[in-house]
Amino acid sequence: MTSASINSGGRVFAVALALAGWFVKFVAVVLVIATFNFILVHAAPGDPAQVIAGQSGASDEKLLAQLRAEYGLDKPYPIQLANYLKRVVTLDLGYSYRQQRTVASLILERLPATLLLTATAFTLALLSGIILGTLAGVRAGKWSDTLLTIVSLLLYATPVFWLGLMLVLLFSVQLDWLPAFGYVTIGVPMTSLQRMGDIGMHLILPAVSLAAVYLAIYTRLMRSSVLDVTHQDFIKTAKAKGLKQGRIIIRHILRNAMLPIVTVAGMQAGALVGGAVVIETVFAWPGLGRLIYDALLQRDYPVLLGVFLVMSVIVIALNLLTDTIYRVIDPRVSVRAAS
Amino acid sequence: MNRREFAKLMGVSAVALSGIPLGITRAAGQTKGGTLNTIIQPEPPILVTALNQQQPTLTLGGKIYESLLRYSPDLKPMPGIAQSWEVSPDGLTYTFKLFPGITFHDGKPLTSEDVVFSMTKMLPETHARARAIYSRIDKAETPDPLTVIFKMKAPFAPFLTALDCTTGPIVPKHIYDGSDFRKNPANAQAIGSGPFKLKEWVKGSHVHLVRHEGYYRKDEPYLDEVIYRIIPDAASRSLALEQGKIQLTQWNDIEFYDVARLSKLPNYEMTTKGYEYFAPHQWLELNNRVKPMDDKRFRQAIAHALDLKSMAQRVYFGMPKIATGPVSSKTRFYEKDVKRYDYSLEKAKALLDEMGLKPGADGKRVTLKYLIPPYGEVYQRAGEFIRQTLGRVGIDIQLENTDVGGWADKFSNWDYEMTGNLVYQYGDPALGVSRTYISSNIKKGILFSNTAGYSNPEVDKLFDEAASATDDTRRQELYSKVQKILVEDVPVIWMFEAAYPTFIDKRLKNVTSTGVGVHESFSSVSFG
Repeated sequence: MTSASINSGGRVFAVALALAGWFVKFVAVVLVIATFNFILVHAAPGDPAQVIAGQSGASDEKLLAQLRAEYGLDKPYPIQLANYLKRVVTLDLGYSYRQQRTVASLILERLPATLLLTATAFTLALLSGIILGTLAGVRAGKWSDTLLTIVSLLLYATPVFWLGLMLVLLFSVQLDWLPAFGYVTIGVPMTSLQRMGDIGMHLILPAVSLAAVYLAIYTRLMRSSVLDVTHQDFIKTAKAKGLKQGRIIIRHILRNAMLPIVTVAGMQAGALVGGAVVIETVFAWPGLGRLIYDALLQRDYPVLLGVFLVMSVIVIALNLLTDTIYRVIDPRVSVRAAS
Repeated sequence: MNRREFAKLMGVSAVALSGIPLGITRAAGQTKGGTLNTIIQPEPPILVTALNQQQPTLTLGGKIYESLLRYSPDLKPMPGIAQSWEVSPDGLTYTFKLFPGITFHDGKPLTSEDVVFSMTKMLPETHARARAIYSRIDKAETPDPLTVIFKMKAPFAPFLTALDCTTGPIVPKHIYDGSDFRKNPANAQAIGSGPFKLKEWVKGSHVHLVRHEGYYRKDEPYLDEVIYRIIPDAASRSLALEQGKIQLTQWNDIEFYDVARLSKLPNYEMTTKGYEYFAPHQWLELNNRVKPMDDKRFRQAIAHALDLKSMAQRVYFGMPKIATGPVSSKTRFYEKDVKRYDYSLEKAKALLDEMGLKPGADGKRVTLKYLIPPYGEVYQRAGEFIRQTLGRVGIDIQLENTDVGGWADKFSNWDYEMTGNLVYQYGDPALGVSRTYISSNIKKGILFSNTAGYSNPEVDKLFDEAASATDDTRRQELYSKVQKILVEDVPVIWMFEAAYPTFIDKRLKNVTSTGVGVHESFSSVSFG
């Protein structure tokens, strides 16, 4: 799809240079983020020792001293920060003394559930958003456009936890079609196929609830983008040369209208990793969002910092992916410009 | 169409979705078998109760770890892993005989060595509350594998009340001896001797316990499995109960505003029993170092101004009993014949006027900050109620919000003016009451110490004497006296003997039959 073969040697060099530059930037950004995270996390009042005391109904000097020594909190902040950055550079996420597990294992344990939920919701929202937005855009002003606009506005304005609970009331309590919470039926022997089906059934309600808000955003965005493109000269040209409406929409309007969607989706995909805490709470979904939330309340610094770091890496990686997708959709965006 | 038919329609095998098979068989009076589904929230960090004493850890860990004794609802000691016990007349020597044939979940026998190791080595190192009690043991002897003898440094009457599963869990010596207790890799396995052992813990989802086949009590446990589900959202928890997905809730699982509605469900019984040992006492904590709260008359004025009756109704939906003083009526040595502060705005205003605290042009006499305890929505409502009701006598309250870390930090470092507090009493004033009022326990940075900063030498002396007195009549006399002094001084404003709604599936037996209630081992719990 490109004319890269003209000067392939120079092209490879440019890509390598861009990648190297990107990597340096990546490391620098990660370290800055890590430092910033450290300062933010420690700025909150109280520490893990106090939280444990606060929830144990008893406390004494020895307990606090033991816990603080264990967490390394008895050392001055600059040393704690230095130790932390040293671990970041060596890709060591640390150890949660509270849960007596490595942070990496805690994250890895939760990541699949979160990715399953958010990727499903994201795909659902993106695909339906593009389709519905395009439909609304090409039928601007007609009743179907008005209906889609109203529905998407309503969805956008609905608090996600409320929507989740309403869906549960309807589909779990009233109709008894879908499970209300959890990610798998517990305590029943299942074949792996049955297990997948079971997880799928548990996934429907949280994924739909989570998708709803994003769906609304993409629909609105796609609609206005389609409207914008429709009035461009090249669309008039396409019409003038007698192309069919369907072909114009798919080949010309859609492809050009996609750019803003990709930008926004790229930014939101990162947020989806950590942004599902409300849905995970309502549906008791054992994901990363709840791990973060619990860690924050418990002042479990290693977990908190570890998750923040992993999330920032994912966000940076997704941004790179977004840049790549730009290039696929719009050949005018060059490697150099994107880096 | 129900869930199974819908699943079929969706091409999902219905086998996986059928209800959990109960597999119940009848045997000897109580039914054997079945799975108890219940809730644990928030999720405990680990399950070893010797290492972590947060409430959910203790609730769940009570099934895994047992202790020497259990307690009846009126706090009389009952056999735990000790079948009998004796106290010498001088109150210095305690002899316990263990049941024969007790094994840990790894199959190794539990002997007197494990008891002595747990209570004199590990717990004094890792468990703040146990440390304060078991460090009074001078010498421990193990004449044979089933006999434990403790010799105390000095008489300490409440010792026999401090051997429950939350204070004195017995851990296996062969696993912990000589190791770094908190970093022992076996902590993940949580090996105890209780009727249930850990099968699987899927973080964020559930903890699955199964019966310990080598349990020493005949026919027990009756249940095959106990599954603790982690359901963080209050509305989802209520829903799980309504749908019959769970058979038991405890502590704060169900919010007070849902209690009336859920009590109408035909399949459940709602009870507030089973918390007698803890008897959580709830009060309005006043920093006695901050003016005008250093003046007894001001504190008495607040006691008169707080409309506790309507607060119990409106905030707690009629659940709690109004507290009359520092000791809960469920705790031993409660004295009911104390000064009463009836709800009277006039008396409150008169006391404030007498102090010279006149209302300003805006009607306000004084402005104080109230730090809302971060333990759920009901505390927010309680804070709002306190602001409203104290506002009527010109005490202006400003509400401050925070989370557990922030609250613990500010409160324990005396950086507060007013806050709410909830303290367990553990069956005896020497274990759970005196710590709030004695001067030797004014310790900055330590929660649940004498945070109010109240100091009265006479109170110190009475509490001290009562803790070491061995005769119950004498102890009652001393405790009655100290309760009368404290109620006159009102260092804090006692509000309620907190009540928690426990919803129990009507088929379940023996869930709240002891004073430790839902923390109990559940060895005798059965479906019918």
